[in-house]
Amino acid sequence: MKKIYVKEEYCMGCRLCEIHCLVAHSKSKKIIKAYKEEFPRVLPRLIVEEKGPISFALQCRHCEEAPCIEACLTGAMGRDKKSGAVTCDEDRCVGCWMCIMVCPFGVILRDEREKKVATKCDLCPDEDIPVCVAKCPNEALVYEEE
Amino acid sequence: MRKSRNYLIVGNSVAAIAAIEAIREVDKTVPITVISQEPYRAYSRSLVSHFLEGKVTIEKVFYRKKDFYQRNKVQTILGKRVIAIKPKEKKIVLEDRKRIPYTKLLLTCGSKPILPSVKGIEKKDVFTFTTWDEVKRLAKTIKKAKSAVVIGGGMIGLKAAEGLKSLGLKVTIVEQAFQILPAILDKDGSKIIHRHLKEKGIRLIINDTVLEIRGKGKKVERVILGKSGEVDCDLVVVAIGVTPNLDLVKGTALKAKRGVLVDRFMQTSVKEVYAAGDVVEAYDFLYGRKRPIPVWPLAFQQGRVAGSNMAGKRMEYRGGLILNSIEVFGLPIITAGLSAEEKGYEILTKSDPKKKVYKKIVLRKGQIIGAILVGDIDRAGIIVGLIKDRLDVTNFKDEILEENFGYIYVPKEFRAKMVLPLEVR
Ligand SMILES: Cc1cc2nc3c(=O)[nH]c(=O)nc-3n(C[C@H](O)[C@H](O)[C@H](O)COP(=O)(O)OP(=O)(O)OC[C@H]3O[C@@H](n4cnc5c(N)ncnc54)[C@H](O)[C@@H]3O)c2cc1C
Repeated sequence: MKKIYVKEEYCMGCRLCEIHCLVAHSKSKKIIKAYKEEFPRVLPRLIVEEKGPISFALQCRHCEEAPCIEACLTGAMGRDKKSGAVTCDEDRCVGCWMCIMVCPFGVILRDEREKKVATKCDLCPDEDIPVCVAKCPNEALVYEEE
Repeated sequence: MRKSRNYLIVGNSVAAIAAIEAIREVDKTVPITVISQEPYRAYSRSLVSHFLEGKVTIEKVFYRKKDFYQRNKVQTILGKRVIAIKPKEKKIVLEDRKRIPYTKLLLTCGSKPILPSVKGIEKKDVFTFTTWDEVKRLAKTIKKAKSAVVIGGGMIGLKAAEGLKSLGLKVTIVEQAFQILPAILDKDGSKIIHRHLKEKGIRLIINDTVLEIRGKGKKVERVILGKSGEVDCDLVVVAIGVTPNLDLVKGTALKAKRGVLVDRFMQTSVKEVYAAGDVVEAYDFLYGRKRPIPVWPLAFQQGRVAGSNMAGKRMEYRGGLILNSIEVFGLPIITAGLSAEEKGYEILTKSDPKKKVYKKIVLRKGQIIGAILVGDIDRAGIIVGLIKDRLDVTNFKDEILEENFGYIYVPKEFRAKMVLPLEVR
C-alpha cells in the first residue's frame, strides 16, 4: 500500500503540513473559517518534531501488525479493507488511551473537545494524495508504495 | 481422503476473536466453533464500567459488528458452560453433557475474580466487576442503594468506584496496601491519585482490610475493618485481583502453574491444544520468565499467535510486558513494565504535583524497563516502544520525560529504522 514517508533533510519545519491537515479535517475545510470560527479547533493529525535545524513531520505509519488495533478495547481502531489504512471509528472510541500507550511512533492524539476520542492520520480518504504531502513546499513528505 | 477438521474455541472474548481473525487469514474453510458461558457475542470487557455509568449504548459494548461470526463462518454456542475438556479423547463436554469433538482446541477461558474468604462474602449484594451480567445485576441494585464499599484499589476497583460515584453513591475504597494501584504505581505517583480521589469525593482507606461483611439476612449493611472500625454500606464490590481460570484444566494433562503453560506458539503441553489470554502464563520479557499478565493487548496478541499457528502459519509470541492505561475521574495514567520497581535500578522522575503530573522511568543497564506517566500521557507509546526495542537510552535519557520528547532525540540510525524508511534504502 502507499504510505507517507518523510525526508528529514528536506523538511524546513514550516509546519504547512500541520496547517493543511487541520484545515482538511475541519468542518468547513476552509483555512480562515477553520482557524477563526471553528472553536475549539480540530487537531492536526500529525506531529512536527523540531530541534535546532532538524525537523520532520510524523504521522501514522499504518503498521501491518498494528499495536493500536491489538490494544483497542472497543474495536474502534481497525483497518480499512480497501485502502489498508488504520482508522479510528471515533463514534466507537471511548478515549481509554490504550492506543496512545502502544503506538511506538506517538502519532495518536487525544481529542478532548467533546467526547474524548483518539484521533489520527486517515491518509485523507477523499483525496488522491494526503494534503500534508500535497502541500509540502519542499517535497519533504512523499506518498509512495512501500 | 482428507480427515475432517474442526477447531473449537472455549471462550468468546478478545483472545478468541483475535484467533478467529488470524485463522481466517490463513484458512477460509476450516469449521470453527466458539463456546462461551456468557450469552452474548464478544463484548469489550472493560466497557462494563462505561455501561454502568450509562456512557455507552448497549450496541457499543460489543467488540465486533453483529455479522462477525457469520462473515467468518463461525458457529457459536453461547450461554453454555463447558464443564470438562478431554484432551485424550479430543472432546469437550458441555453442561448439558453433550460432547463435542475437535481436531484442535483453543482455550481462552480468561481469568476469574479472586474472592477473599471473609464472612458474608456470599451475600446477594456483594458483587464482582468482571462480567457484564454481574454489572447488570449491580446496576439494578444501585437504584436502591446509597453507599458502597469497594474492596481493592487496583484498576478494576478504581473503575468500579468511579462508576458507583458517578451514579450518586457514597463510595469508600478499602485497600490493603499503603497506596492504590500497588502493583503498578509507586508512592509519589499514588499520592497524586489519592488527592485526586479525595477531591472527587471518594473516601480511601489504605493499609486496612475487610474482615467481615455484615447485615440482616442476605442484606449488606456494613463492613468490619481490621483497623479502622466499620463502614456502613448497602453493597460491596470485590476487586482484589484476578487469577487465571483453571477450572477446566485441573485434573487434565495440561501443565499449569498459576496459569496454563504455553510455548512460544501458544501451544500447551498437550499437542493440538492451544491457550491464550488471561488464562495463560506466557513469557514476560522484562521479568525473563513466564507469568500471567491479565491485560487486553496481550490477550489479543496471544490469540492471534495461537490462531495463526493452529491454521498452520508459524507465528511466534515474542513475549509481553504489563501495560495499563486508566483514567481515574479524568486523570489519565499509563504504566508499563516494571514500573513500581525501585531498588537497584536507576530512576528518573519529573513531577508537578499541582498540575497532577508525575512521570518516571526505571532504567536497567541503560535500558528502560518501566515507566509511569500520570497526567501527561501524550506520546507514551514512544517510551513503551523503547522498552520493547530494548534500546540503550543512556545518551538521551534526560530528555525522555521532557514535554516535547520525541523521535528527534533518538539516535538517527534508530530513527531512520523506525520512521524514515525511505532514507535508509
Ligand atoms: C472492569 C474491567 C476493566 C478492564 N480494563 C482493562 C483495560 O483498561 N486495559 C486492559 O488491558 N485490560 C483491561 N481489563 C482486562 C481485560 O479485560 C482482560 O485482560 C481480557 O478480557 C482477557 O481476555 P480473554 O480473551 O483472555 O478472556 P476473558 O475476557 O476473561 O473472557 C473469557 C471467556 O471465556 C468464557 N468462559 C470461561 N470459562 C468458560 C467455561 N467453562 N465454559 C464456557 N465459556 C467459558 C467466558 O464466558 C468468556 O467468554 C479489564 C477487565 C475488567 C474486568
